[in-house]
Amino acid sequence: MKKFMFVNRKAPYGTIYALESLEVVLIAATFDQDVSLVFLDDGVYELAKGQQTKAIGLKNFSPSYRALDGYDVEKLYVERESMEARGLTEADLIVPVEVLSSAEMGALMAEQDVVLSF
Amino acid sequence: MLHIVNKSPLQTRTLESCLRLAQPGHALLLTEDAVYAATRAGNAALGQAAAALKVYVLQPDLEARGMAGALADGITPVDYAGFVDLVAEHPRNQSWL
Repeated sequence: MKKFMFVNRKAPYGTIYALESLEVVLIAATFDQDVSLVFLDDGVYELAKGQQTKAIGLKNFSPSYRALDGYDVEKLYVERESMEARGLTEADLIVPVEVLSSAEMGALMAEQDVVLSF
Repeated sequence: MLHIVNKSPLQTRTLESCLRLAQPGHALLLTEDAVYAATRAGNAALGQAAAALKVYVLQPDLEARGMAGALADGITPVDYAGFVDLVAEHPRNQSWL
């Protein structure tokens, strides 16, 4: 089993990165790998509660993050600096996460087998 | 671990995020618009954090932007083969898209 880290750094609807990342995460989970998701910079916005996308004609995929534990994807990490810079707290996020400092996140990244960037 | 940044430090905060997470001893390769951070006028963007890193810049991208003569001290230029070597030498890499 390999350690895969998915690094999410983009807000959810302005680009396709966030949705594509989620799809690849689910594929990796299907192959029974050790999957971690990291939310950095604007990637933290992917987890914001209360997303309503009807009027922009795009699917609200944020509930999918709640389904991840059904695929044994339970390692979700948010960088504290990114979260606080956006005025968010853990209570504003749609799923439980582990909040890490930049240094802790950097160390975690360095111990992966594969790092995939979105 | 190798970090690859390709965005101008004046246009986005990508380099800043990379420097926040990079650990001492890691390698940083500046490509495309990130090469401006390798110039004497622009390397303030690398700040203190970069002192603990090995910093490389992709020479063809530096040349393409007319910046080959402006390379700051302490940054190692590499060609495309050197880019491949860096990727091969480091088991992990993160492209800061």
